[in-house]
Amino acid sequence: MLPLLSGRIQTRLFLLALAGSLVTLLLAPLLPGPVKDHFLVLGAVALFGVGWELVYHLLMQFRWEKDWPTLFGLVTAVPEGLVVWLALRPEPLAFCLHFGAVWLAVWLLANGPMRVPFLRWRFRGGRLL
Amino acid sequence: MGATGDLTPELLARSVWSDEDMAAYEIPFKDVPFITIGGGIGSFVTVDYLRIAGVPASDIAVLSNIGHPWQTYEYLTRVSQIPRAERIRSDSSSRPDNIWGFPSYALTEAWRDKSVKHLLNVLTEPVFADFWTPRAGTVFEGLEREAARIGYQDMLVKCAVRMVRRREAGGYFVVGSPEGGPKRVVYRARYVHIAVGYPGLRFLPDLQHFRERYGDYEHVVNAYEPHEHVYEFLKTRPGTVIVRGSGIVASRVLQRLIDDREAHGLGTRIVHIFRTYVDGPHGPVFMRRRGGHGWAYQGFNYPKSVWGGQLKAQMRRLEGAERAALYKKMGGSGANTPWRRKWQRQLAAGRAGGWYETRKGTVDSVVPGAHGQLVSTVGGEEIRSNYIIDCTGLEADIAESRVLADLLEHGGAGRNPLGRLDVERHFEVRGTASGKGAVYASGTATLGGYFPGVDTFLGLQIAAQEIADDLARRGFCRRIGPVRSTAQWVRWLLNRPI
Repeated sequence: MLPLLSGRIQTRLFLLALAGSLVTLLLAPLLPGPVKDHFLVLGAVALFGVGWELVYHLLMQFRWEKDWPTLFGLVTAVPEGLVVWLALRPEPLAFCLHFGAVWLAVWLLANGPMRVPFLRWRFRGGRLL
Repeated sequence: MGATGDLTPELLARSVWSDEDMAAYEIPFKDVPFITIGGGIGSFVTVDYLRIAGVPASDIAVLSNIGHPWQTYEYLTRVSQIPRAERIRSDSSSRPDNIWGFPSYALTEAWRDKSVKHLLNVLTEPVFADFWTPRAGTVFEGLEREAARIGYQDMLVKCAVRMVRRREAGGYFVVGSPEGGPKRVVYRARYVHIAVGYPGLRFLPDLQHFRERYGDYEHVVNAYEPHEHVYEFLKTRPGTVIVRGSGIVASRVLQRLIDDREAHGLGTRIVHIFRTYVDGPHGPVFMRRRGGHGWAYQGFNYPKSVWGGQLKAQMRRLEGAERAALYKKMGGSGANTPWRRKWQRQLAAGRAGGWYETRKGTVDSVVPGAHGQLVSTVGGEEIRSNYIIDCTGLEADIAESRVLADLLEHGGAGRNPLGRLDVERHFEVRGTASGKGAVYASGTATLGGYFPGVDTFLGLQIAAQEIADDLARRGFCRRIGPVRSTAQWVRWLLNRPI
């Protein structure tokens, strides 16, 4: 998928709400603290994420292809995770597990399976609406 | 007007025909609601979409002079030095045999080879690895499987299409000349789709002049015509080859020349003439493309975002001269090639060894020289060579296609800012509507429209999607929503026939 800014944001929010929530619910029994804390982390990833997408969109403008390579979608987990952790200071190990699992699920879905139900998504810059 | 059973000059001169005309001239016709003309990959992906959207095979006819959709493509890739085992220049998720692009070719090859190296390549491209691209053979095998699944052969009618004429009461008559059958076959259709591909080879004018003047079709060849004899000659004795052009085909031909040189220890000398010599990165900061040693570098034949990102959205909004200007800015199809490690290494070795040289400029003349050699004059310098390989492309005017020429003359079609066929955002040919009927076109004939990447696998699929959605709006088929899409994908995965 070659993203538009609106597509980036829509895809992120959609996948976090769907896959992110599912992963959080599945992992909740293994993680310390109440479930709502984990959803708070998820909310922060979504909220800060909108800001991050603006930054990525700007950086993408320096690329001739106006693309966002698969690897970028994976490694941006590092700065994003750090910011969320600094903001909420959850238990580090549990956070790494939870955040990592959510990120991986979203990244994997965005790199293929999303195209199965949403046939037009990749041609519309990631927009679902 | 009398009964003749055939098309008369009087009928041919009229742009609109009626059912009464057919009866009066005793011309039999068949009713098929949707006809696609061409039968290459453009027709195939469109039919694939419609079949998946629920259109029965009996409602579709593919009129074509080739027996299977990848026939022309395979021929052109093979002669331009991409046999089945070699990799084409196309993205992993551009799959003409799978409308979802999932699983991607890389995933399929990884599964088949039981190896993660393809996936690692996709993961790290284009930063740490060259763009991963599928083997030509993988593409053809996939097309074969999908063609069988959708009953493609049942829809195929082998014939040369002559014209599409509007029908007075709406829709169209399509006239073809079948192979080894009756003289004419006429269809009455509501919707017609035209995907006739490249109308012909384009030769550089000075090379065309040389071939015609001296009748020599052996020493001056186009990369898209069989030219194996050039490589065979070079195996027998050292020789010089001039390569003209700076796109993907030039890269392929150079690779073949150098591969042979390396494998057989040959003394081949290469002189590469660039009309436009790119000596480094070029363009403003937000439109900056890599380049060097003459080449403009780009992963695919357009910047990737024309197939779904920013450039696609931007172009969709532009008209006329503004659109033509953005096409120009993108550099369009043709004179660019991917930056591939192997090619970089080979050409660097050639420059260091002095057997690969470049020249900048246009060729003033090509004439026969002594000992069967050719003499090309470039900016006053005479370059002698044994062969010239023209790698400048497949472009030709759309009017060289008989059916498109007729559509321009009689069907109401016009040209876009780049001189090709003018289509709407949903690929309907502007000006050709007939009652409730519509003519669509996709592929290279439509370059210059609201969507730029038309002559590519993904571009053909984008066009097919737009066409299928438009036909759904007109009530011809169902719009493929998330549920149908998923259910059909499962059928694809299990290879269940439609």
